Amino acid sequence: MNLTLRVWRQKDANDPGKMVEYPANNIIPDMSFLEMLDVVNEGLIAKGEDPIAFDSDCREGICGTCSLVINGVAHGGQRGTTACQLHMRFFKDGDTITIEPWRARAFPVLKDLVTDRGAFDRIVQAGGFVSVNTGGTPDGNAIPVGKVESDLAMDAAACIGCGACVAACKNASAMLFVSAKVSHLSLLPQGKVEKNQRVLSMVKQMDKEGFGNCTVTGSCEAVCPKEISLNFIARMNREYGMATLKGADIKGRSGD
Amino acid sequence: MNITNIFNSSVGKKFIMAITGMALFLFVVLHMIGNLQVFLGWEELNRYGAFLQGNIELLWPARIGLLVVVLLHIWSAIKLSAENRAARPVGYANYDPTAASYASRTMLMSGLIILAFIIYHLLHFTVQTKAINFTGRDFVKLEDAKGRHDVFAMMILGFQNPLVSAFYIVAMFLLFLHLSHGIQAMFASLGWKSPGYRSLISRFALIGSWAIFLGYISIPIAVLLGYGSGYLNEHGYLKGVLK
Ligand code: FES
Repeated sequence: MNLTLRVWRQKDANDPGKMVEYPANNIIPDMSFLEMLDVVNEGLIAKGEDPIAFDSDCREGICGTCSLVINGVAHGGQRGTTACQLHMRFFKDGDTITIEPWRARAFPVLKDLVTDRGAFDRIVQAGGFVSVNTGGTPDGNAIPVGKVESDLAMDAAACIGCGACVAACKNASAMLFVSAKVSHLSLLPQGKVEKNQRVLSMVKQMDKEGFGNCTVTGSCEAVCPKEISLNFIARMNREYGMATLKGADIKGRSGD
Repeated sequence: MNITNIFNSSVGKKFIMAITGMALFLFVVLHMIGNLQVFLGWEELNRYGAFLQGNIELLWPARIGLLVVVLLHIWSAIKLSAENRAARPVGYANYDPTAASYASRTMLMSGLIILAFIIYHLLHFTVQTKAINFTGRDFVKLEDAKGRHDVFAMMILGFQNPLVSAFYIVAMFLLFLHLSHGIQAMFASLGWKSPGYRSLISRFALIGSWAIFLGYISIPIAVLLGYGSGYLNEHGYLKGVLK
């Protein structure tokens, strides 16, 4: 297949950047989207031009590193699929494809399609963990966990932190990510202990990073490669409300 | 950390938005039920009007409360929208608002137009500014057979102007859009939207917003179709006796 790409090119964080057109010829439909970009880049390198910089790691849809907005949709619009798992058969011969980086103040562009997603790491550092206890390894199954809760926690834990929710949201809100991280811990007995301070701390860090606010449009849920449900946002709001009402504190006071 | 923190945090401001939205939704429902008494006749509606106006001690706290709620709703809307705009300084060349409904993307716009309408509406029927009712008549001076303010005649006269009615209907349509998204979002923002209730809430939002739209517009439409003109004739309003 022969395609035309319109790609965001930006030398570095300070460059204003612009869209540049490239032909992508002789593309095999069974290539993944990233393999297609590799082919285009080989052509650019052969011509002595700077290849298009983009993020990738596992290329099997589990790490959350690839981050492309393809034709206006984060990860390209195939339900439950990361950009690296999107295949060229999804497009038609002769298509023009626009490729842009995640757009959010909290995710500054470093080069071309590569953004700095350190904001997510800092949100997790603010409370997305269970405090380590010393002592012997606890017995497996010593703490009973209900099947429903365990499944729900696993659904939330499926989040790979790619940031597509932020990229797709018209407000660049990180609520789906944060709510998944809050929920997968607070649903389980080990994580429940610190749930009040966790939700307050993580939301506080999220606000500090400069993400927008949730207007419940549902774009995040629609593009999420792991199909994290919007219900987690409502769940986090509930947790946040309860923690606030109880007067819980970011530093220690549980409020319970 | 305590409850005042909600004024600073993103989730907290959404709580304010949702709670005030809920209060305004309840007001809109009650106001509609009140207005629909126009179909019971002048006697009933004017009695209701006199009842509302007759309790200064209740009327003013209710008005001030409503004003505070409206101001908080607008304050959180402006604050949140400004933050949302700032959160994406460089936009997309090609952006597809995946799955986001038209109503959800235009909440600020529909809200602002509804605000403009509310200001007009208050001047029209509450303050009763003569210059903007386009009938050349002073609504304050309308009096029914029992010496009460003739709310019935005011409504009929007011809505007989097709432009006034058209603006009213357009505003109600925007209210419908605003509520069709707002009612659902309100439950989500407050965290009351658990999976078991998700479909019930969507249905409630749809039915609720349609009911409000149809309920409100039924009045100007009925008036434009001739409802109440007999009453105006009987009382000589159409001949401009009270001018
Ligand atoms: S590269 Fe790992 S998920 Fe796409």
